[in-house]
Amino acid sequence: MAAPFSWIRPEPHGVHIVPADVWIDPSKPVDTALVTHGHADHARGGHGTTVATPETLAIMELRYNTREGAAPVEYGETIRLKGRVDATYIPAGHVLGSAQILLEHAGERVVITGDYKRRADPTCPPFEVTPCDIFITEATFGLPLFTHPPIEDEMGKLLARLEAHPDRCVLVGAYALGKAQRVIAELRAAGHDQPIYLHGAMEKMCRLYEDFGVDLGELRLVSDHDKDDMRSSIVVCPPSALNDRWSRRLPDPITAMASGWMRVRQRARQRNVELPLVISDHADWGELTRTIQEVDPHETWITHGREEALLRWHQLHQRRARALALVGYEDEDD
Amino acid sequence: MEEFAALIDALVYTRSRNEKLRLIAEYLQNTGDPDRGWAMGALTDGLDFKAVKSSTIRNLLKERIDPVLWSLSRDFVGDTAETASLLWPDPLGDVAPPPSVSEAVEALEGMTRASVMNELPKLLDRLDPPGRYALFKLATGGMRVGVSSRLAKVAFAQAFDVSVDEVEEYWHALEPPFADLFAWAADGADPPDTANMPLFKPFMLAHPLEETVVDLAEYAAEWKWDGIRVQLVHVAGETRVYSRSGDDISATFPEMVDALDIPAVLDGELLVRGVHQGGEEGGAASFNALQQRLGRKTVSKKMLTESPAFVRLYDVLSLGGEDLRGLPWHQRRERLEDLLPRLPDSHFDLSQLVEARDFDHLAQIREGARDDAIEGLMLKRRDSLYVPGRKTGLWYKWKRDPLLIDCVLMYAQRGSGKRSSFYSDYTFGCWDGDPDEGADLLPVGKAYSGFTDEELKKLDRHVRQKTINRFGPVRETDKSLVFEVAFDSVHESKRHKSGLAMRFPRIHRIRWDKPVHEADRIEALRQLIRD
Repeated sequence: MAAPFSWIRPEPHGVHIVPADVWIDPSKPVDTALVTHGHADHARGGHGTTVATPETLAIMELRYNTREGAAPVEYGETIRLKGRVDATYIPAGHVLGSAQILLEHAGERVVITGDYKRRADPTCPPFEVTPCDIFITEATFGLPLFTHPPIEDEMGKLLARLEAHPDRCVLVGAYALGKAQRVIAELRAAGHDQPIYLHGAMEKMCRLYEDFGVDLGELRLVSDHDKDDMRSSIVVCPPSALNDRWSRRLPDPITAMASGWMRVRQRARQRNVELPLVISDHADWGELTRTIQEVDPHETWITHGREEALLRWHQLHQRRARALALVGYEDEDD
Repeated sequence: MEEFAALIDALVYTRSRNEKLRLIAEYLQNTGDPDRGWAMGALTDGLDFKAVKSSTIRNLLKERIDPVLWSLSRDFVGDTAETASLLWPDPLGDVAPPPSVSEAVEALEGMTRASVMNELPKLLDRLDPPGRYALFKLATGGMRVGVSSRLAKVAFAQAFDVSVDEVEEYWHALEPPFADLFAWAADGADPPDTANMPLFKPFMLAHPLEETVVDLAEYAAEWKWDGIRVQLVHVAGETRVYSRSGDDISATFPEMVDALDIPAVLDGELLVRGVHQGGEEGGAASFNALQQRLGRKTVSKKMLTESPAFVRLYDVLSLGGEDLRGLPWHQRRERLEDLLPRLPDSHFDLSQLVEARDFDHLAQIREGARDDAIEGLMLKRRDSLYVPGRKTGLWYKWKRDPLLIDCVLMYAQRGSGKRSSFYSDYTFGCWDGDPDEGADLLPVGKAYSGFTDEELKKLDRHVRQKTINRFGPVRETDKSLVFEVAFDSVHESKRHKSGLAMRFPRIHRIRWDKPVHEADRIEALRQLIRD
């Protein structure tokens, strides 16, 4: 009999499921990839077969032109892989289509979260706690200082600033996949029904969200409008465009950024942000530690982020954990 | 406290100088006394509470959170006050409403080293994270919100439509919460009576010369001495020594307080006597020797005998109650030369003018200066009045070219403030022999500046990719990168293993191209010692 969990191997370029010869979120091309969600550091082109939710596959097709070998799996659906490995896709609450993957083999259960959060998000179904032996988690915001405030407070700050400067616009830098659509959907939920203006790079992804049934209200493209149309409006752009020449076409923009990093003043200053909005699609420290307690695994493996602090937390709580030191996962602009 | 905390946060996130001025002015107009006075004190670094130190904050937090988690968090944020404000646990149950600024100041003033660990938490529990951040900054001095003391005074002047030069004049006569200053500026009361007070007068400062060439018929040249710029004031029987920022440093240099008993305001360079080679002016030791005497609240007899201070005079601002600042430089210079014989030569001499045929000749003289107490040249317009601050075209400083040496990057640490998270503090070394024969690198200095933001990003990446060891927050790199380091001077030092210490080292160029074995040896650095 094989040693416990010897069928799952963390390698520098992804987690390898040996009997099925499949990889989870590999950072180099493989025959068969199981992809948790559509962000660039998890979903890459060039695999023979890509197993993911229909939403994630659509996102990958849009972003990376991947068409061949798409193998859709619905949330809650279990597929049988080679070598008697079962894989089940479970909502992760991170972005549209994001999934945790439950792997079962020889009576052993492993959950790989990909990226996740526990807060409500109008653009995707919520994270589901799934009991398992090994819980493979991210730790992007794995420091106790990270507490994401209620998103209603952040929306309130944004709308108050907009109201205080009727001659200007508020330019919100938000990651083009997930964060932008969530911010727009939350603005709608907060009662903001004015048209929202988009940077060109955001348009297709917003349309994709709408195709999957997420209502974003009236969206307009910056390039179709004059400066004066956009006064007292919200404009959404990728973070890289915040301090770009592109923003000169806007009416005296107040620079805002929606990101979990905005909790730290100097991070906001480094990006010349005037209105920091602490909004993240990742679990904060409280969510990470609560999730581990709820899942209550035999052992936690940490893929990326601030793993040292989360390892320390495990030590303090007499829990087993290890850091995997995978390469290629970046701190995205979240 | 909420309004003050909101001001601090708004200042942190505001780039525009005018917007900062507007924010501060608006706060001053809308806030009552004495809160706004304490706020001005905080913004101008005027508040200091003895019981609260950065270590107090650290200790308080380590009682409440695991020390490892604290250090990891502090390392990530790069600022103790901010880290603590974010990590402070929310109190259980109901708490009193947030304190006003004056209530907080009163509480802080009442704290002792013994009571601070019990009393400070009571204030913190009443505040939210921005409030706690503002309180920490208020309590430890040094707001670091991108507002200079000068900017705060300009905002004050704007808020109440008074002249900023007048504000500067009165400023040093008063203490937080500046009740008389607000009464004068905001409520139209009489200006504070300062006639018989030994007040600091704002310094006249110089611009770097850079590419400018001046006509020596219009400009006089004198040496720029490498000490600390001071102002000596004697009024109504009292003498004060002020540093460049207007801090009263009389207690650090009591011999200078005793040396002046003529009603006057003098501008000069404070230096210490020392064994000295090469200089003709004589008598001044290097800055290194002076450094032993800086920052002391009391001075031992031994210090006074071994490193006695004196002032090399540049200018006279006032004499016998007569304000001379409205006179042109050449007339003030005559008055200064006339005054000199009345001052004890043990404690005063005159900064000599440098005579040159023309500008090129002057450049040659500057190049040839071997005296380590010389930092370069000053060029002063002969008809310049003594005006506070830096007015273009009146005074120039023309520093000596820096020394250069090739060093190898050894260790890196994250910066703080705007550079938190970036590995921006570098320790570099030179070879202690022939690197091809197995010589080692020994650290010779540390630098934090001299590179652009773009270069910083590249350096940060280099450090992260080339780390071979970690010691807490310090990363040891694989020693594959050469820095051309510029520095003002180098001295013997027992504190460093290499036996040498550099003055004001900064990264001159990053030599991505240069093989490390071609970096300089310790011996090459030692040969650059001037004194």
